[in-house]
Amino acid sequence: MSTAEPEAITTDAALMAGVHSGDQHSMAQLYDRHSSAVYGVALRVLGDSGTAEEVLQDVFMQLWRNPQVFDASRGSLGAWLAVIARNRAIDVLRKRPPESDLAAVAISVNVDLPTALDQNRAIEKIRGALRDMPAAQRSALEMAFFEGLTHTEIADRTGEPLGTVKTRIRTGLLALRKVFCT
Amino acid sequence: MTTHEQFADELPLYAMGSLTAAERAALDSHLEQCASCRQEVERLHGDLALVALSSVGPSPPQRARQRLLKAIAREPRAAAVIVRRRGWMLVPIFAFVVLATFTTLLWHENRRQREQIAALNLQLAQQRALLKQAQDVLAVLTAPDAQHVTLVATQSKPQPGGKTIYLPRRGGLLFMASNLAPLPPRKTYQLWLLPARGGAPLPAGIFRPDPRGTATVIMPPLATGVEAANFAVTVEPEGGSSSPTMPIVLVGAGQ
Repeated sequence: MSTAEPEAITTDAALMAGVHSGDQHSMAQLYDRHSSAVYGVALRVLGDSGTAEEVLQDVFMQLWRNPQVFDASRGSLGAWLAVIARNRAIDVLRKRPPESDLAAVAISVNVDLPTALDQNRAIEKIRGALRDMPAAQRSALEMAFFEGLTHTEIADRTGEPLGTVKTRIRTGLLALRKVFCT
Repeated sequence: MTTHEQFADELPLYAMGSLTAAERAALDSHLEQCASCRQEVERLHGDLALVALSSVGPSPPQRARQRLLKAIAREPRAAAVIVRRRGWMLVPIFAFVVLATFTTLLWHENRRQREQIAALNLQLAQQRALLKQAQDVLAVLTAPDAQHVTLVATQSKPQPGGKTIYLPRRGGLLFMASNLAPLPPRKTYQLWLLPARGGAPLPAGIFRPDPRGTATVIMPPLATGVEAANFAVTVEPEGGSSSPTMPIVLVGAGQ
């Protein structure tokens, strides 16, 4: 049976194998596949296209220099890159030195992101789930994720108790997880 | 979540890197000992990836691609030995020959090391994958809350039988079958998970028995958290189907 889906999965893995052996063409293909996710999240965090481009360059150069930081047995490359890009962008936003331990970000996602991304359906589902959340929950989650605010900073900003803020963030994430659990 | 509700609200903040150093250290020492909380952190990273992907939209400018490609071309994996040529004609010939020989040796050595590193990296990735699989298998086998379901034939001919061990919260499944009838050419057996909440049966792996009629399915890709009402096996065209073809060959005999 040769549907498009398994092929997309093996291609990502095969391209990573190419990157491992120093193949620049494989790297270019991975860039074409995942750059808009990396750039999108960096731009959302930083709000500035120039700095977002720097993060984009940085993330893919890290992957080129140390492809072993991505552990394929633990999750999807697209998901991993998106999280790494967010973390890098937050480091830049907060003027922190970049975290060196990229390999610590292990991912476990119940959806085949590269394939779903091709169909754009996954993104629509995520956006739908975010829209359906109570406004306070979505905003706590987005402040923590896209603005890099700590729960204390969010509590200060919204005037809500710390416990409420923490619970909102967690409940929001679990609601997103449910979207892809059949 | 099972046992560590007290950490549940902290783990998302941990995954986002927004805890203070002291809070982080406290949680780190718990995570070192607690596989289920570690696994929850992995899942949370997955959830965070979904949040990140909600911002996909604008494509980066074309120049960013050119810039990256130039940068990686300038940085081939494992830095090559660079010899400055300027002024070489001024050095005595023999010095040049020595240098050239030395450079060639270094280049060979460099290439050998690069190949070694690539091989080691590959080995490491394979070992990690094996270790992860072994951990998953052990976790499912030893979990006190794994569902054990025995499957028997609907029409008892030569007593084919199977057993599934299924752990919904990890999406972990082991299936062992015996005395299966040989398959016609271009056919396969397929295992199905019948969800407790109803709905269509979910494909849970295809398999062909060996000459003794035994077969196993180990950790097929399944979503986590799907409770099973039962399991069943059918014969399907090679490659498997998305919905079962009657008749059912094996079915769970009650739990």
